[in-house]
Amino acid sequence: MTETFNRIGISCNVNGEQRRVQAFPMERLLEVLREEMRLTGTKEGCGEGECGACAVLMNGAIVNSCLVPAIEADGADIRTIEGMARGEQLNAVQEAFLACGGAQCGICTPGMVIASVALLERHPHPTDAEIREGLAGNLCRCTGYQKIFAAVVRACESSGDKKPVRQ
Amino acid sequence: MEEKFFGHSVLRKEGREKVTGRARYVDDLAFPEMLHGVTVRSSIARGRIRGIHFGDGIPWSEFTVVTAADIPGKNEIALIEHDQPCLAAEFINHPEEAIVLLAHADRYLLEDARRAVQIDVEPLPAIFSIEDSIAKRAVIFGEDNVFKSYHVEKGNVDAAWAQADIIVEREYRTGAQEQLYIENQGMIATANPTDGVTIWGSLQCPYYVHKALVTLFGLPAEKIRVIQAETGGGFGGKEEYPSMIAGHAALLAWKSGKRVKIIYDRAEDMAATTKRHPSRTRHRTGVTRDGKLVAMDIDFVIDGGAYATLSSVVLSRGTIHAAGPYFCPNVRVQSRAVATNAPPHGAFRGFGAPQGIFALERHLDQVARALNLTPEEFRRRNFIRKGQTTATGQLIQEEVNFNALLDRAFRESGYHAKRERFARENPGATIKRGIGFSSFMHGAGFTGSGEVYLASVVELEATREGIVRVLAASTEIGQGTNTVFSQIAADALGIGYDRIEIAQPDTGAVPNSGPTVASRTAMVVGNLVETAALGLKRTLVDSGLLCDACTEDEFVRACRRYIETRGPLRSRSQYEPPPGLLWDDATYKGDAYGTYAWAVYVAEVAVDTVTFEARVTDFVAVQEVGKVIHPVLAAGQIEGGVAQAIGMALYENVVWREGRMANGQMTNYIMPTAADIPPIRVFFEEQPYPFGPHGAKGIGELPMDGPAPAIVNAIENATGICVREIPATPEVLMEAMTEEVGIFD
Repeated sequence: MTETFNRIGISCNVNGEQRRVQAFPMERLLEVLREEMRLTGTKEGCGEGECGACAVLMNGAIVNSCLVPAIEADGADIRTIEGMARGEQLNAVQEAFLACGGAQCGICTPGMVIASVALLERHPHPTDAEIREGLAGNLCRCTGYQKIFAAVVRACESSGDKKPVRQ
Repeated sequence: MEEKFFGHSVLRKEGREKVTGRARYVDDLAFPEMLHGVTVRSSIARGRIRGIHFGDGIPWSEFTVVTAADIPGKNEIALIEHDQPCLAAEFINHPEEAIVLLAHADRYLLEDARRAVQIDVEPLPAIFSIEDSIAKRAVIFGEDNVFKSYHVEKGNVDAAWAQADIIVEREYRTGAQEQLYIENQGMIATANPTDGVTIWGSLQCPYYVHKALVTLFGLPAEKIRVIQAETGGGFGGKEEYPSMIAGHAALLAWKSGKRVKIIYDRAEDMAATTKRHPSRTRHRTGVTRDGKLVAMDIDFVIDGGAYATLSSVVLSRGTIHAAGPYFCPNVRVQSRAVATNAPPHGAFRGFGAPQGIFALERHLDQVARALNLTPEEFRRRNFIRKGQTTATGQLIQEEVNFNALLDRAFRESGYHAKRERFARENPGATIKRGIGFSSFMHGAGFTGSGEVYLASVVELEATREGIVRVLAASTEIGQGTNTVFSQIAADALGIGYDRIEIAQPDTGAVPNSGPTVASRTAMVVGNLVETAALGLKRTLVDSGLLCDACTEDEFVRACRRYIETRGPLRSRSQYEPPPGLLWDDATYKGDAYGTYAWAVYVAEVAVDTVTFEARVTDFVAVQEVGKVIHPVLAAGQIEGGVAQAIGMALYENVVWREGRMANGQMTNYIMPTAADIPPIRVFFEEQPYPFGPHGAKGIGELPMDGPAPAIVNAIENATGICVREIPATPEVLMEAMTEEVGIFD
């Protein structure tokens, strides 16, 4: 790999900041974020897009950064867990995860927070089924998901004007 | 003492770091000049190493290469027995056994190099099942392949069969299960003869790693330092295996003179590290016509894999839990942990108990059926009560009210109404519904005399600013150690939760409070935190700087004055067993545990008779765990354990091929997702335990024990099919259903 390809320049906007790094074209976005930019909040769980620990928002859509080649990130707008809070002010989802016990060991939490944010952007008032479906790409081995569901409901109650439809 | 924090759901101590992504796990740590390390492993199950060849095209002179010959001390992972090498030198005993270590700064080149190492092996006969191990198709450990056996005997089982009107005999099996913490295992090491060895890693038990490294390097204890990084889940999987990775990273660091990081990827983690022991349990149970147990004869076997590791201790807990929370005058449990040529099986939440409890709780439904009693009525006639004895002869001295737990679980789940409705609606339906339950217990803390041997120590240290630091080796792995210790210390000192800091577990700085295992951290170590906190306050009161009922400001001032005038303000506590606990390791009789958590779980399932998929549609967990320290954390422990056990019951199937896991990926080893888990409704009954902090008992492992049999009992209720093995995958259900007539009626 080192001999076949040369590093190329990748420019992208990460958490509102314009970044330029050198990376192999087929290097994983996950590595670019973690190694080149030292944004280690994005985690690797499986390396094959099953667990969602590496989830980030790319041009507004949730992606598993372990499956995105660096070259695809060129010109993209990327939001990672580091960009969720405003300074010390947690966003509604982070606040709710903290209050509801949605984080235990914390390794899936960055991806779960990203997935929850993406879910609430798609469905501001999600049903129970939509919450489950929206988080089904993110594995958590600690919580049994119950407190994560509760956190999503709380986040949407605290930011929205009406309660989610439960069914 | 006022309970300002105990019993309240305060915010998780390190929660803010976790929800912002700032928490630093081992792979998030980077140091300049750091090398990466990889492991070259065996591709076959058993054999003799003839040679190691380093292939062409790799600049080998740039690499650090370590083999068994480079080990400065003993080539052994020190734990209980002395059979497991850190690197295979001559013989290979399982697939994925480590043989050569490589380090280089370039990870891509390192991977090419790993593939270029050829291990030339002369194969030897290998064994892969409990049956082949017992039959000695090859002898791979000792004279008979048995790592450990126990014999528990109460009353006279052989004589008691004569009193039995009905005898029911069955066999049950459970498969291996992968812990599947989402953070793969990893370590960073520095090592040289002058400074010794320092390790940062993802681990549960700093002093286990410490002990292993002392042996591996032959260095004095003070030359080894083990530091826990934030740890992304353990569930037992980071109890013993981290000693292996720490050893590997440290050997590479020792030889290269540089810092070395080894991080497993998911495939390596699943292939090489430990899993839950597969088991086989045979029950022979005698009952009278009126439904009283008169004799239980239990043969319990677990597959330990290729080395002894923790199998003897897993077997011990499994043996003691195998007869469940029932009174039977005549009980025999004979158990064995046997060797096979699979990677060693190890600690996983529940630690042998889930295997035995699955067998028992499935079996009791079969016995009830033979008696023509309902499962609940049969159990009600045999539940253990205060004043009766367990299989090991332990006299139950606390109130145990299983009927109340059962009543509540049935009420909350609507058990009886659902059972009637399903019986009415199932005939003719494609999707058949069922409801089932299990009743069980889990002993809290180390078994028998284990806690006495551990003699755990906790220290507290106050700063000039009135911040109190808890010094303990007990690790936060998601279960809430930091939070619970802070709650306990704050209440004991009468100060705010934010005034308590938890020191990073670092063997260079904290005393040995024992391993983070066995549902012992809150109950046993939490009690030590409380004792040490009370001791620290007593020091201030006795020195005349503080009155008993002080304000926080007075406490802070007293700390400063004490430190300025007298020096460091520290307090220490060491474990002392509750009075009257007696255990005999030789006969396996006596008080196996200081106390038990008791529970009844109800599962509701839907079984699709076309696809043969079973799904859990509702779950009620009622338990008595002493006083609840933190309602949100406690419920989180139960919900998480139930979810893991749903995986164990239905989805998580380790496929073995010649001792190797053939489906070591998250793509084809299926753990439950958000879409698979039903509502889990958790209820606590609280009966204070006098020797736990504020009356708390252990909780962490309990929820792993009961769900699998409750789910499979529910499948039987839905389909009439008696499944006796887990995971009950669609393949298993299809086979069982197509064998029996009736399901398609």
